Amino acid sequence: MGIQQTFYEAMREHGITRRSFLKFCSLTAAGLGLGPEFAGKIAYALETKPRTPVIWLHGLECTCCSESFIRSGHPLAADVILSMISLDYDDTLMAAAGYQAEEILEQTIAKYDGNFILACEGNPPLNEDGMYCIQGGKPYVEKLRRMASHCKAIIAWGSCASWGCVQAAKPNPTRATPIHKVITDKPVIKVPGCPPIAEVMTGVITYMLTFDRFPELDRQGRPKMFYSQRNHDKCYRRANFDAGQFVERFDDEGARKGYCLYKMGCKGPTTHNACSTVEWNGGLSWPVKSGHGCLGCSEDNFWDRGSFYSAVTDLNVVGQVESRADKIGAVLAGAAVVGVAAHAAASVISHTKDNNKGGDSHD
Amino acid sequence: MNSNVASGPHDPANQKAVYVFEAPVRLWHWLHTFSFLTLAVTGYLIADPLPSPIGIPSDHFLMGNIRLIHFIAAYVFAIGFAVRIYWALVGNRFSREIFYLPFWRADWWKDLFYELGFYLFLIRKQHKTLGHNPLAQTAMFFLNTLMTFFMIGTGFALYGQGLGEGSWADQGFGWIIPLLGGEQATRNWHDMGMWIMLVFVIIHIYMAVRADIIGRESSVSTMIGGWRLFKDDQP
Repeated sequence: MGIQQTFYEAMREHGITRRSFLKFCSLTAAGLGLGPEFAGKIAYALETKPRTPVIWLHGLECTCCSESFIRSGHPLAADVILSMISLDYDDTLMAAAGYQAEEILEQTIAKYDGNFILACEGNPPLNEDGMYCIQGGKPYVEKLRRMASHCKAIIAWGSCASWGCVQAAKPNPTRATPIHKVITDKPVIKVPGCPPIAEVMTGVITYMLTFDRFPELDRQGRPKMFYSQRNHDKCYRRANFDAGQFVERFDDEGARKGYCLYKMGCKGPTTHNACSTVEWNGGLSWPVKSGHGCLGCSEDNFWDRGSFYSAVTDLNVVGQVESRADKIGAVLAGAAVVGVAAHAAASVISHTKDNNKGGDSHD
Repeated sequence: MNSNVASGPHDPANQKAVYVFEAPVRLWHWLHTFSFLTLAVTGYLIADPLPSPIGIPSDHFLMGNIRLIHFIAAYVFAIGFAVRIYWALVGNRFSREIFYLPFWRADWWKDLFYELGFYLFLIRKQHKTLGHNPLAQTAMFFLNTLMTFFMIGTGFALYGQGLGEGSWADQGFGWIIPLLGGEQATRNWHDMGMWIMLVFVIIHIYMAVRADIIGRESSVSTMIGGWRLFKDDQP
């Protein structure tokens, strides 16, 4: 496949009708929060632009990002994207294997040097020179570094690539490290989530291909269009939160009435994602809708942030001490009261003694 | 009362009063106190909400009101502190005491250990202090002044998350959140900060009342009227 082929041509080649193509363009424009006029713009870009090759690398991960991606709610989206992006290399999805597959990487570098997008799923472990993740006989981190040095930009798919996720959880024996801490000289966009929502993934990649740049990113490198608000901010149970109506146990009356899950440890109030608006599996449901709190899977280090079932979670206090702020605080406050009482008693005794001695230090 | 008073340490002729805490400092002290208490109670109820009211959600706004009170008190707390910082620049020398520690002065360290010895009952005679003694100043600086900065910073950072990206609170304070490891961790530290300040309040009230009863100078009334009175005329 030459670079001359446009996205649209590639899609038609895959048997996608023009009607479906235009539907996809409007859907994507809406999903990206763009005005209706952008549907035409996206269509035009996809019709005229040569396809951008994408190399999709897998480090330490569980492939849930790929699973989410190919199950994009709009059945077309995945097809369209997969053909759109000229997915030249993805060891999970491609037919080639072994030397034949690895060759594609070198070919891509030779043909599209500095002009392809590197999509990273999972992260590299750095301990023991990266020996915890070997691909094609070499540590993954070497492959990542080589491809990154020739790419245009990097998409960090999922919480693994963005933050480290489960394999980077304490004590992180392999020193699994998120992409932006390994590759520092290329632009990295984070699309966190475990996995990220399929529509979010397709939306981000479409935006990049259409406008030839990253969407607007927030302070932590996530696309604002999907991560600028917390799940809590647009949760359909927000009315119950404001009213103060909470589920106290998973089988109580409140749970049946669909009250807010904050007291059950829902992390919606601190989790930046689009679950409460985009939802999952084509808008079928999302965790809170199914009656369970949000785990906060798209947040940095969510695995080590304490209980999924408590609103106030553990603090990583100095060293190995971990406890809830309210517990530590209550102990400290109790200790202060006891200390004050003991000091007061000692003061009274010492003061009385001084007075009896006729001491003149103070009255 | 009786005639030999004048010859003792209580000789009114020898008692002196110094104007220590100016009106803005006193006003701030009480604003700070009551806004903190309001914030502590409402903050605790945000972390650990009350039992659910019965009925349809539109009949209630319990959590919403608790949060509203928290935010209003937070504005009082923060704006009060901002004015207090201004007053530290233009006020008398006591108005600056809570904002710095003169660690470069040898006599300050000497006095610090002296006060420590006094409160550990190792030294019988307390020094006379006009404003804060070095021990009080140290506690005040770390547990009140710095914690106030921390609570305002983390508080507005979290508030900015609700106001939205690009809001003034997000632009001004949002950078704190990744620094502390995310929003959940920031909440937890904000919660912890409340407890640390509460510990300070407990000790602070005890020390103030203790000083008033058995110390050598007035304390509680000083924060009401501003004048520090000394009960004896000895050095």
